[in-house]
Amino acid sequence: MAEEMSHKPYVRPISSEWIFRHPRYLRYMTREFSCLFIGAYTLLLVAGLQSLSDGRAAYASFLEMLGSPASIAFHVLALAFAVYHSITWFNLTPKAMPLQFGENFAPDAVISGAHFAIWGALSLAVLVLAGAF
Amino acid sequence: MGERRVELEVLRFNPETDSEPRFQRFSVDCPEEWVVLDALNHVKETVDPTLSYRWSCHMAVCGSCGMMIDGEPKLACKSFLRDYAGVIRVEPLRHFPIQRDLVTVADDFVAKLARVKPYLIPKEPKAVEAGEYLQTPAQLKRYKQFTLCINCMLCYASCPEYGLIPDYIGPAALALAHRYNQDSRDGGRTERQEEIASKAGVWECSFVGACSEVCPEHVDPAAAIQQVKIQSTLDWYKEHLMPWLKK
Amino acid sequence: MARSNKPIVWGPFAAGGTITAFVTPVLILLTLLAALGATPELLAYDRLLAFMRHGLVKAAAVAVVFLSLWSAAHRLRITCYDLGLRADTVVATVVYAVALIGTLAATVFLLRLQ
Repeated sequence: MAEEMSHKPYVRPISSEWIFRHPRYLRYMTREFSCLFIGAYTLLLVAGLQSLSDGRAAYASFLEMLGSPASIAFHVLALAFAVYHSITWFNLTPKAMPLQFGENFAPDAVISGAHFAIWGALSLAVLVLAGAF
Repeated sequence: MGERRVELEVLRFNPETDSEPRFQRFSVDCPEEWVVLDALNHVKETVDPTLSYRWSCHMAVCGSCGMMIDGEPKLACKSFLRDYAGVIRVEPLRHFPIQRDLVTVADDFVAKLARVKPYLIPKEPKAVEAGEYLQTPAQLKRYKQFTLCINCMLCYASCPEYGLIPDYIGPAALALAHRYNQDSRDGGRTERQEEIASKAGVWECSFVGACSEVCPEHVDPAAAIQQVKIQSTLDWYKEHLMPWLKK
Repeated sequence: MARSNKPIVWGPFAAGGTITAFVTPVLILLTLLAALGATPELLAYDRLLAFMRHGLVKAAAVAVVFLSLWSAAHRLRITCYDLGLRADTVVATVVYAVALIGTLAATVFLLRLQ
């Protein structure tokens, strides 16, 4: 019946496959997934604090656990994701904090570059002070 | 310049007869320098006059001809055939209901634009006799970028959060609100915050950044939204942790 | 519509995202070196204990743990929604609870260090 035919607009259903529609969405998901590794690593640090507070023997077995193949594999993955988080985060800083001087804005590269420089200097300082070398 | 046989796979939907959309293949000869909009016009003129789509200026300033071309939100007048190989898939702009063929229902977007109060709300009333508002080039630069929006809705089509959360006010409307907030002549930021700092406002954005990538006018709505988030957060903490501070 | 209280949740997320961007990679490097047998001096039991005993270090550690866990939790909440898991209130409660429990645990362990 023509009367029963609704002239309603058609609403296309949403599905999770939007992630695969363009590389930018996959990159976004990768960035978001870094949270799993950063969160898990932080919990590992908390476990380390526990072992530290439990005494010398407990801390020694924590270090031993760190040396296991699974832990090393986790560290490598976590490092890759953490670095990806850092890079994407610092690259977005110019959008969140534009710096205007008179009629001009500081170039994006300057703002994110400053963050990268501080990141590098800070990391180096921590490695040196922690006696990693 | 030479000609090229162009294959278009166009999504059709007739609300009077169809229960769902379906693809229809068109095959036309086009000069190589044409854009997708030209090819659609050619199809409409020579093959199927019932093909429906919006367009107007044909020079990327009116924002009418937004559609999904090979899965990406593009202006059809700015999509050159030479950049596409094989069959070109043409669909209506994603995340909007389909009215007919490539025509979407833009009501939600239009309503959201109005909600953010996209007009100057002066700090104090000023009579015309009192003269013009004065603004330096530097003050203009502060919001100029966000004035460039042509309301083409490509950003809404690319935003996964808008697709998942229909209530989300969305990139263009939020960028427009920010445009007025940043304007030195304006005093309406507090009013606009009620809309843009609400649950349906900037907080639904997860900084995917697709909106800024697909924007044909380089408005950078993602930047506008992040700036609003930061301002709103600072406001909130000031208000709740230091209530003695006057606004 | 009224202004949301999202800043309560977003503020620590943004701070945590910034902290983890600056600090997490080098921390992972430190423990990775320890894992590979080239333990940095600071991670030796006596050195680390002496270092972590300071009140200022403890406070900083709690802050870093809280902000890191919170930002990871918030991002995980958003990711779940992006992937189609719509029970946002349930997800939010779980992830923020883990962040808070982790912070509480870290605080307890640090306080135990005498």
